[in-house]
Amino acid sequence: MHPALQGLLTIVIGVGACIGYFYSSNIVLDKVIFPARGPHAGRNINRANMVRPWLFLFPALFALGLYLAYPVVETMRLSLTDRDMGGAFVGLENYQKMTADPKFWEAIRNNALWLLVVPAASTAFGLLVAQLTDRIRWGAIAKSLIFMPMAISFVGAAVIWKLVYDARPLGTEQIGILNALYLSLGGDQPMQWLTLPFWNNFFLMVVLVWIQTGFAMVILSAALRGVPEETIEAAIVDGANPFQIFFKIKVPQIMGTIVVVWTTITIVVLKVFDIVFAMTNGQWETQVLANYMYDKMFRANDWGVGSAAAMVIMLLVTPILVWNVYNARKEMK
Amino acid sequence: MADLKLENVAKVYGGKVEVLKDINLDIATGELIVFVGPSGCGKSTLLRMIAGLERISGGTLEIDGERMNDVPPAQRGIAMVFQSYALYPHMTVYDNMAFSLKLAKKSKEEIHEAVMKAAGILQLEDYLDRLPKALSGGQRQRVAIGRCIVRDPKVYLFDEPLSNLDAALRVATRLEIAQLKESMPDSTMIYVTHDQVEAMTLADRIVVLANKGIAQVGSPLELYERPDNEFVAQFIGSPSMNLLPGEIVETGPMTKVNLDGEGVAVSNVPTAPEDLGRRVNIGVRPEDMLLADGDCILDGVVDVVEALGEVTLLYFVAERGNAPVIAKLPGIHANLKGETVRLTAEPDKVHLFADGLSMRPKD
Repeated sequence: MHPALQGLLTIVIGVGACIGYFYSSNIVLDKVIFPARGPHAGRNINRANMVRPWLFLFPALFALGLYLAYPVVETMRLSLTDRDMGGAFVGLENYQKMTADPKFWEAIRNNALWLLVVPAASTAFGLLVAQLTDRIRWGAIAKSLIFMPMAISFVGAAVIWKLVYDARPLGTEQIGILNALYLSLGGDQPMQWLTLPFWNNFFLMVVLVWIQTGFAMVILSAALRGVPEETIEAAIVDGANPFQIFFKIKVPQIMGTIVVVWTTITIVVLKVFDIVFAMTNGQWETQVLANYMYDKMFRANDWGVGSAAAMVIMLLVTPILVWNVYNARKEMK
Repeated sequence: MADLKLENVAKVYGGKVEVLKDINLDIATGELIVFVGPSGCGKSTLLRMIAGLERISGGTLEIDGERMNDVPPAQRGIAMVFQSYALYPHMTVYDNMAFSLKLAKKSKEEIHEAVMKAAGILQLEDYLDRLPKALSGGQRQRVAIGRCIVRDPKVYLFDEPLSNLDAALRVATRLEIAQLKESMPDSTMIYVTHDQVEAMTLADRIVVLANKGIAQVGSPLELYERPDNEFVAQFIGSPSMNLLPGEIVETGPMTKVNLDGEGVAVSNVPTAPEDLGRRVNIGVRPEDMLLADGDCILDGVVDVVEALGEVTLLYFVAERGNAPVIAKLPGIHANLKGETVRLTAEPDKVHLFADGLSMRPKD
């Protein structure tokens, strides 16, 4: 069968099953279990209404339990066992093995670098673009262009940027724009940018900043629009210059949104995998935690250390996630 | 300590849409001027042009004899109270008031002194470290005024400052503004409102704006007693003045008008012999209508009675698409619904309008 037809069929079956589930489960509840007739009609209606929310919640709870809660527990368990010993319980041995691995510490250091640079840069650029495009006629076009990378998958973006960093032997035409620029500005040798330890981390980060700036821009642009015009006019009358208006009037009023954007990008950064996987695969000192986990789990086939790395990522993400949700809720009030 | 002069001021949006034109106005130091007008008449636009928040498309604005058209708002010596207060939500009351002084790089002591003084005048001392969201509407309004006072401006601009307050608070704040004005006799204030009561009670002079221009400027009672045109006549006073069409049948120091329909009106507006036979509108305020026996302006059937206790409003059956005539009689007359009532008015209360303009000579 044609893949498109298959996809369509899947959608029809999936949506049909959903409708069927909600329809039939409610029928069963209202007609069979608690019918609204007989001597206890009123009581039955109340009971049916108490059960009904759970009918609607069940599919979501089931899916979340199966695909989220269970894997967490299972990963936790795996991180305490050893595959080579037939899955025997080994306590914290995997964690000891992991912390003794210099690659792990390299990943931690790089993740920390990503964490410092990417959310800050994305939010700052997003805010800058949101402010600059706010009042100009072609602002909408500029914003669409900047938002577009959001629609590209991380792997796709990685491929695009690999071309940007591409190096060809001296004398042939450079198809990588960075090397083309470098040579035209007087560089003597095309550079293998992604193999320059330490700096190559930043070349990878650029990709994520490129993607996430659009996200930050859209959210912050909406927030900036929400700043009451009269407070800005009051500041003008009070004698504020454009910079003071931006930093002392606008930014403080959207601080809540900035925090939400910042933490959301932080979570993306902690989970970053595809970009590193597709561009360097953690070589030349660019390893990050998620890629380290993948390496151990699926290449070294060491599920113990891989799971331990996964647990570390989860522990790092959780507090930021909690803070993010807390701030997002506060914003919505 | 500033007088303000508007000369042929105009506002055009996008080179096409004319909002205001030929605005000429002299405002003396210490005056409280109120701009009133129907919504969309450009009164707020005019205020914002004075503030420097809107460009002046034509004409000149002078403050203290100095051309201000291209001077940025902060250097015009003005301060503005916005309709929504426009307090900075992330700053405390103290910081809200201190912001402009901080921007002006004043010393800490100077700022503190100015803020405390303003807070004293407005009774805000207890709220200085609160955020605006923890204040009531009236308190927010006072902070907005305090933000102006600390700057010691030459001209205060108020843009419908009371419209966000509830009725009781509005009356109280109106009095506070009147007292504030009295305590600062040298400061000039311009106040925009659509509320007649605010205009009548606060203003030294009222500027009625309509049809892109100034319809009339004058003291509140001048506008009430001697409106220059039908627009002002109907805009000032509530319910608005009754206008009835008719024809002049007798001229001289007293003018007699035969109204379309039955009535006859006599006005003390003098007319020249050549006015005989001229089509005019007579204007009589509802509160100037009197019950009559003989000659009357109106002999009509009462359609609706609104008994308010102190006065009774009578709405007469409207004729030929005219607005219904309204009479405001003192006391209670609740039982007049459906009755035929004859009304007249004293000659000095009867206004004459020809082509929309008052025929009353100016003195």
